[in-house]
Order: sequence, then C-alpha cells, then structure tokens
Amino acid sequence: MSAQNTQSGKNDKVDDVSGIETTGHEWDGIQELNNPLPRWWLWCFYLTIIWGIGYSVAYPAWPLINGATEGLLGYSTRGEVAQDIDEFREASAARDAQLASADLDTLRENDDLFRYAVSSGGSVFRNNCSQCHGSGAAGAKGYPNLLDDDWLWGGSMEDIAYTVRHGIRNDVDDDARYSEMPAFGELLEKEEITALVEHVRSLSGEEFDAAVAAPGAELYADNCSSCHGDAGLGDRDQGAPNLADAIWLYGGDREALTDTITNARFGVMPPWGTRLTEAQVQAVSAYVHQLGGGEEPAN
Amino acid sequence: MSDNQNTAPKKGFLARHAMIERSATLLMVLSLAVVTIGGIVEIAPLFYLENTIEEVDGMRPYTPLELTGREIYVREGCYTCHSQMIRPMRDEVDRYGHYSLAAESMYDHPHQWGSKRTGPDVARVGGRYSDGWHVDHLMDPQSVVPESIMPKYAFLARTPIDAKYIEDLIRTQRFVGVPYTDEMVENAAADFLAQADPDSDYDGLQERYSNAQVRNFDGQPGLTEMDAMVAYLQMLGTLVDFSTFTPDASR
Repeated sequence: MSAQNTQSGKNDKVDDVSGIETTGHEWDGIQELNNPLPRWWLWCFYLTIIWGIGYSVAYPAWPLINGATEGLLGYSTRGEVAQDIDEFREASAARDAQLASADLDTLRENDDLFRYAVSSGGSVFRNNCSQCHGSGAAGAKGYPNLLDDDWLWGGSMEDIAYTVRHGIRNDVDDDARYSEMPAFGELLEKEEITALVEHVRSLSGEEFDAAVAAPGAELYADNCSSCHGDAGLGDRDQGAPNLADAIWLYGGDREALTDTITNARFGVMPPWGTRLTEAQVQAVSAYVHQLGGGEEPAN
Repeated sequence: MSDNQNTAPKKGFLARHAMIERSATLLMVLSLAVVTIGGIVEIAPLFYLENTIEEVDGMRPYTPLELTGREIYVREGCYTCHSQMIRPMRDEVDRYGHYSLAAESMYDHPHQWGSKRTGPDVARVGGRYSDGWHVDHLMDPQSVVPESIMPKYAFLARTPIDAKYIEDLIRTQRFVGVPYTDEMVENAAADFLAQADPDSDYDGLQERYSNAQVRNFDGQPGLTEMDAMVAYLQMLGTLVDFSTFTPDASR
C-alpha cells in the first residue's frame, strides 16, 4: 500500500480527487476517506453522556455494597404510586367521609351526595360485582337479578349495604347472612319430591298436574312452610325465597325444582367490607338500590 | 507491515485495534468480555442488594393441591391471557388491589407474571368470588359473563386426579429451591387428599401450610382437576396480610 502511495508522489494521507484525508487503508485502489463526524451528531452524543450522568445522579442507579444509590430526587416507584393514590383520595375525601357516615335511609334526600354515591357506586359495581350479577345487574342462573323488586334478604339501602359488607353464606365473615336448606333427597322419597315439585308449581301459578300435586300440600306444610311460609311467600329473615312469584333463581321448570329440592342450593357471596372502603360499600348499595327494585326502609 | 508505518504516527494504546480486528477469536473473546460487564453491572447486584430482596410475612410454599392446580394453570396456558402481576399504578391498584410484591412469586417456578391481558389480572382473585362462581365460570364462562371470550374448561370437572406423583412434584420443587420440609414431602399425598375433604383430619395440613383453605372446592364428590384449579385460584394473593404490611419506599 505504502509502495503505491509513494509511487503516486502525493501525501500519504490525502485523497487525490477530493483532497480529504484518508484513513490510510487501501483495498485494490479503493481508499477510505476519513471525514470527521457531523458536528450535530457529535454534540448529541456528548449531550447523551452528560444527560446519562445527570440521570444517574438524580435517580436511583449505581449498585453499591448493600444498596443502590438513591438519587437526589428521592424517587421510588412505590412512593410515586402512593402519592398518586393519595392525591385522588384527597380530591374526594370530603364526600367520601360524608358518604361513609351517611344514614342510608335518608341518603336520597341529599341530592348531591346521592348522585355522587350512584356514579361512584356504578364503577364499584362494574369492577367487583358484575362478574356474578352481570354488567347490567340482570344476574344469571344462581346469581340474583338486582333489577327486579324481589329481594331474598331485604331491599332497603341499609339491607343491601349489610349484604355487601358481610356477604352471604361465606365462611370468612362471622356476620355473613346465613341459612341452609336441607337436601331433601336424603329425607323424602322420590315420589314425595315429585309431588312437592307440582305443589310448588301450583303456588307460583304455573301449569301443574293436580293429581300428582295432591299429597304435596301436606308435605309442603310439614317440610317447607316453616321457612317459605304457608302460602310460599318466603321469609327474608332466613333468605327463604318467595315461591309464589314468577322469579326463579335456579329455574322453575320441573327438572330444576327437583334438583333444588333433592340437593338444595347454597349460593355464596363473599364479604366486601374488607375489600372495599366504607364509602365504596355505601356507594355501591345506593347504586344497586336505584337500579329499579330498591325498597323504602322498614319502619 | 505497511500498517505499522501508517499507524505509527498515532501510536499508543488506541492504535492497537488493528490487532483485534484481524483476529476473529480475539474479537469474540473481547466482545464477550464487554457484554459480560453489562450483565455484571445490571444483573449481579440484584442477587445481593438488600433492597431488592424483600421478606414478607405470610408467604409459604404451595400446598400439594394448590401446586397441582398451578400445574394445570400452566398446562392450559392461562398465562397467555391472564397476568399475575398488579403493577404499581393507581388504576391497577384501584381495580385489583395492592400492587404485587416480588416476594409473592418467590415460590413460583416459573413465575406466572404473564405479559398479555386478554382477560383480567388474577394475582388477587382469591376470595373475590365464591367457589361456585369459579366452577360455573370455568365450566362455561359465558353463563356468568356473557361478554367473555374465554374458552370453556368443563373437562376439568370430568378429569379425576390422584396423589400418585404429588410427592415427586414436591421433591422437584424442593430441588429448584422451594423450602419444602421433609415433613411436607412425607405428607404430600395425605395433604393432597385432605385439602379437598372437609371431613378429613386436616390439622396437620394447616399446621404445615398456614392459611390453607379446606373445602370441597368443586362441590362434587371425588377429586378432580376442578378441585385443584379452584383451590389454586382461591388462594392467589391471599397469603400476605396487607393490613399489616408496610411497604418500604426505597424498593
């Protein structure tokens, strides 16, 4: 290479054509120009280095023996989320405190607070309740419809709040609403259950076989009426469903009723008092109450 | 030779790159060295820095039945649609509960953090719904959540499980670092059966595994994959008591 360059009689490091310095490498007569890096690029490069140093000083960065440098700004991911949550809590703190201690029986009279409760309760419902009761609160088989005016455990806002707070038949909350229907498959004969099914259908005004249902009335009085009432109107103190209306949680056809009487049902609702704040419990109760079936408080 | 002449004026250490560029082996070895420095600086400290290792009260290895449920969770690829990591952001905390702690995955091999949420996060799904809901939902998700696109897993309830390999499974977990005691290994099969049977003698189980829930999880006679799955789901996120947990802000 050097031999060629020497032959050309020019300076070793300058390209003949452009007059620009070369790197001194040459491959079969092709030379590499040694242009300087663009100035803007070089400055950006230096700036990133300076920025990098500043960043590692301001934020947690360098690992040391026991911990990492904490950075001058004192940033931590946990600190940031805690602060973010606090800011939002503070924004609604006054109303939440008011709602948490509000008397639900008279909540509707406070228009402003009631509207706040319903709209915040709506988001609580969609996040926590809709998985079972449906996003429109229409329920599903085994999960009560909250839009109608049929209530198993009471439909006043206070009753709803108790149910939300403690849940139903769970083994977590000692104050959970609790009742248990026996599985009559172990107590009655199959024919007796068939008779009961027909009798229950007669109570709710559905088509039934009078001949089969005949012995059902006495069986009902002996086994069912203590909870469901003589006329099948149910008992909210025990969460015993009304059998005389057209609303069925697990279905009112013969097959479903036979299954219900034979094996009993045991619907469980978890307690939400430990997961939600008191204001959220009150809010979601107000939301559910105004969906359509909310009742006036019992006097 | 000629190169020496050309680079001679520059001299010094930096001029020696020609040597590296001309030896593929040397280039490879030195590249590896450079990349290793990155690894050492970024990864190695995580194994010894005190503030990256957080001990949390309540964490315990999975019970044999929960572990079996977890195996099913992994087998069915639940992690492709459900994450198990609540990120430290306000909206996540509002929706799912306290953000996940690294310690909550300490007995997961491998962890189930996931990276895609077609369905919701399940890191704290335990206790949120009833067992009956989980069974209904796994059998036919659309029966309770009509807008769901989750597939049906009804076969779980038809697939019996037994304790044949549970001890091996626990031993394997111990091999990779989960602190199962000898007692836990010896009683693996008994604990496996006891957890889903409320009529069994489950005192030993609860002694070995704090807060172990004992129920007939799927409500059916017999032990099926549904029992194991629901036992696993109902336990997720319930071990750490966040009413007594104080986060150390420097983490």
